Amino acid sequence: MDTLQGASPVTPIPPSPVPVSALTPPTLPGIDPSAAVKLRTKDVKIRYGTRVAVRDVTLDVPEHSVMAFIGPSGCGKSTVLRCFDRMNDLIPGATVEGSIELDGEDMYASGVLPVEVRRKVGLVFQRPNPFPMSIYENVAYGPRRHGLKDKAKLDEIVERSIRRAALWDEVKDDLRRKSGLALSGGQQQRLCIARTLATDPEVILMDEPCSALDPIATLKIEELIAQLKTEFTIVIVTHNMQQAARVSDRTAFFTLGEDRAGYLVELDDTLRIFTNPAFQLTEDYVSGRFG
Amino acid sequence: MNRVLLADRLATASLWGVALFVVGVLVAIIGHFVLASLPTFTLSFLVSEPVSEGIGGIGPLLFNSVYMLVLTMLITIPLGVLGGIYMAEYAKENRFTNAIRLSQEVISSVPSIVVGLFGMTIFVIGLGWGFTAIGGALTLLVFNLPLLLRLCEQAIRAVPADERAASLALGSTKWQTIRHAVLPVAIPGVVTGIVLTAGRVFGEAAALLFVAGDSVPSNYDYTFISLFDPRSPWSLFHKGTTLSLYIWNLNTESMNSQKEVIAAMSSMVLLVMVLLFNLSSRWLGRALARRVSGL
Repeated sequence: MDTLQGASPVTPIPPSPVPVSALTPPTLPGIDPSAAVKLRTKDVKIRYGTRVAVRDVTLDVPEHSVMAFIGPSGCGKSTVLRCFDRMNDLIPGATVEGSIELDGEDMYASGVLPVEVRRKVGLVFQRPNPFPMSIYENVAYGPRRHGLKDKAKLDEIVERSIRRAALWDEVKDDLRRKSGLALSGGQQQRLCIARTLATDPEVILMDEPCSALDPIATLKIEELIAQLKTEFTIVIVTHNMQQAARVSDRTAFFTLGEDRAGYLVELDDTLRIFTNPAFQLTEDYVSGRFG
Repeated sequence: MNRVLLADRLATASLWGVALFVVGVLVAIIGHFVLASLPTFTLSFLVSEPVSEGIGGIGPLLFNSVYMLVLTMLITIPLGVLGGIYMAEYAKENRFTNAIRLSQEVISSVPSIVVGLFGMTIFVIGLGWGFTAIGGALTLLVFNLPLLLRLCEQAIRAVPADERAASLALGSTKWQTIRHAVLPVAIPGVVTGIVLTAGRVFGEAAALLFVAGDSVPSNYDYTFISLFDPRSPWSLFHKGTTLSLYIWNLNTESMNSQKEVIAAMSSMVLLVMVLLFNLSSRWLGRALARRVSGL
């Protein structure tokens, strides 16, 4: 694909003298143990009103990696994801306890505006939701709102973003003539990814981005994720375990506790979660015995 | 025949029937007035002044109708649209907003003659303005504003939540989201609301009867431009007798032997104006939506 940025999506494996054991995570392909932590949560508990939706979420997302959130429906994966760009602020009664840090800075500290967080952290929704505008205007939407008026610069950002979202060849002739809604589902989702890329985020959150797509469109998005992680940090919620196994470096497994609140059971390298997880619950879920 | 299929045919037929009936009534009304007025209709009827005996014209009344429309809408549109945005996007559910909603419902169902009496009490007698266009416009505002407010609120609420979420997730502020993601989608609905409200201004007679006056105007000097001198047709304080009021006047007080012909022609003009207004506003709504969507 000519849209590749040149860099290999796989980080070389550094030689590791540390013996592989359950206590010290092994070095696996795609993970650089020296990578900086991009997102860090500590003892996060999210409530809707008085009801606890998710609790005990402590995790690190290394920079330039893909983390998958898996788990049964209602276990709070999306809820946690949407805390990372403060979209939960929009739900009346939603509160977040604990800390969520982006590059070491608490994104819930007083004085931090949600708008600022959302300019660094993009979100791709479950259902493709382009604006009822031209393809061009869809992608230019973010930069325009951030104050960019220069036509030439906008043109450049729009083209670059659509190219990076592997959509350019399919839409380059109809940028201004075709509505974003006139594209196919898979194209719409890549348009939404392009729209997010145009805002130049550092982290991209994806909330089941392929659940409304056919297998071929899904494959395209997965290829795209593999390319994007060389430049971005990606967190993806998915119900599709094969997808988690294919695209992610690390996987977090959530489930629903006795108290009807979701919690983080286990977080490890994806290969380990799917082959040799530490918890029976995880083993049962990934092998399809429950959930 | 299969019973389910029969029911399907029946439903289709009756829905078609109802639709045809509605179109039929409209065609009958327009047809009646067109047929009744075509033999005597001339273009000069639209511009010349009314006379006490004979056909004359409706120039000043048409002028007043448009004047009243523009004046009322100048006040109603900003208040209605901004209020609709407030009610849809900012207002919390509490006693205050419930009171606003209740007032909207109640005012919408108050007979317009009662609103007219209210207008007379306040503007004609209370403020001592006498019969004026501005008094008429403010009276119309009383029941136009709640209507437009509600229609705008509904149009804005009908915008899918996805649209808002997408805009916010791209790092837009709330106002940017309203301005650039919500309003463009809501515009056709807002324009429809404006047209409905404007149609009421154009057609309303009862509410204006005691406020704007029903005297038949004459000797309009359009070159005399003043906002406050009641002798100027452009003045806020001139008597704002509209075309609808003239039709009312013809049917109640006029001794004119041609009054039935004049009333029929005036009604046709009124109908055509409302029709043109509706069509052009649809076109306007679409054009606006296209403009903001960059297509």
